[in-house]
Amino acid sequence: MKKGLTNRQLKGRVFELVCLGSMMAALAVLTVLLWDVWTDGHAWLDLQFLDSFPSRFPEKAGIKSAIWGTFWLMIMTALISVPLGVGAAIYLQEYARKTTLTRIIETNISNLAGVPSIVYGILGLALFVRAMDLERSLISGALTMSLLILPIIIISSQEAILAVPSSIREASYAIGATKWQTIRYHVLPDALPGILTGNILALSRAIGETAPLIMIGALTFIAFTPSSPRDPFTVLPIQIFNWISRPQEEFHFLAAAGIVVLLVFLLTMNAAAILLRNRYQKNLKW
Amino acid sequence: MAPDSTIDVRNLNAYYGSNHALKDINMTIKKNRVTAIIGPSGCGKSTLIRCFNRMNDFIDNFRLEGEILINGVNIYRANPVELRKRVGMVFQKPNPFPKSIYENIAYGPRIHGVRDKSRLDSIVEESLKEASLWEEVSHRLNDNALSLSGGQQQRLCIARALAVDPEIILFDEPCSALDPLATVKIEDLITELKKSYTVVIVTHNMQQAARVSDYTAFLYLGELIEYDTTKKLFEKPDRELTENYITGRFG
Repeated sequence: MKKGLTNRQLKGRVFELVCLGSMMAALAVLTVLLWDVWTDGHAWLDLQFLDSFPSRFPEKAGIKSAIWGTFWLMIMTALISVPLGVGAAIYLQEYARKTTLTRIIETNISNLAGVPSIVYGILGLALFVRAMDLERSLISGALTMSLLILPIIIISSQEAILAVPSSIREASYAIGATKWQTIRYHVLPDALPGILTGNILALSRAIGETAPLIMIGALTFIAFTPSSPRDPFTVLPIQIFNWISRPQEEFHFLAAAGIVVLLVFLLTMNAAAILLRNRYQKNLKW
Repeated sequence: MAPDSTIDVRNLNAYYGSNHALKDINMTIKKNRVTAIIGPSGCGKSTLIRCFNRMNDFIDNFRLEGEILINGVNIYRANPVELRKRVGMVFQKPNPFPKSIYENIAYGPRIHGVRDKSRLDSIVEESLKEASLWEEVSHRLNDNALSLSGGQQQRLCIARALAVDPEIILFDEPCSALDPLATVKIEDLITELKKSYTVVIVTHNMQQAARVSDYTAFLYLGELIEYDTTKKLFEKPDRELTENYITGRFG
């Protein structure tokens, strides 16, 4: 009896240690990665680096065009994908009857979220760059990125909307509110923190994507900041990719510095998502 | 139709898909009276009360045959939004909006077009007084409604229903999530409300039906077994099934 008990407790302890080990391994890899990038890059990280265009001389090269390209690409992607994605989510969750057809649509949206990003790049190249003749421009990039993250935005927005208890909708309908009033005054405000969090996380996925933009021809050597949606552009990951693939060691340090900047962008967006969620969740307990 | 009736149910059949939930219901609900609907779980009492304000419309495979007339108008031919303004509902679990006490009440009149701030203030005060909640919350109208106790939340939901000036109020097991003291307050309130409103209450608690209602309908497996004054139904029911249920032999 006693022996059986200690044996069971031992098993529990071993499992706890295995889980702790997994966590530590993940943490260690991340730490090493960040440390490695930081040691390589921090010496090159200065204002001149942030405020210069790419150059074949490493000491003069910078990421100004890439930062502005990334910035505008994200703004335009958000402007396209957020209204479309949230609208689709509202329709699917609040208006569509639960038929076989809507089930098929929802399953396929989940499938689309798993399609490799390069496939979206090929689609973007054929559809936006060629067929719609938008050329290798910011708008082509933003449309392609929007396609890529729409499924994620739809799914996360749907989940946020679903999390609003149906008792709130009933309460609103029962005093004679229309569907629009119920969505406008209750469902959307209550789901908003969740929707925002999902959208920011989706955009932070887009910020690191390289493959689809290479497919649609986002160029590396851009010595100007884009001034219209029809301008060619480059983004941080592509600039980094370009520097990494050069033989000279200095460019590798530049790439590391670029990665640090990209990570700062990413962490800022994720932190914003977490802050938003915490801020609104406090007064939302059912 | 008798002049003192408000809701007139004629040959009502309701289905969830192939499940025949209500079978050929005929009943007349009297104005300014409390009518209780009792019966064991799954007998269709919630389905029936939710027909009166068309809350079943939101269920995809719900289907209805027959007629429900309110003041002589077939409600399934009328505008459901307009109907629900006239026929309020209080639910099983208190469901205040996660907003301030004031906003909970003001929402209804506001969506129906009341914009004037002082008018809204007076509606909020009147409704809270009518739901005997005013004294407890008048000093903290801007607090979140979710900070109220369960019983207070339920009275807030009643006040919210009253704020749009309905004619009929439907209670769908309003006390099942409340403690006995909160239940007494709601029951007193219901008795008070029938002076100005027609009240229909679904309850699984037979003592409650006996305490608050003037008329009682007993539903069993989707059929209206007996419908009479509460006194008659509880003291001398016509049907053996009713007697077995109210004496606790099943249910």
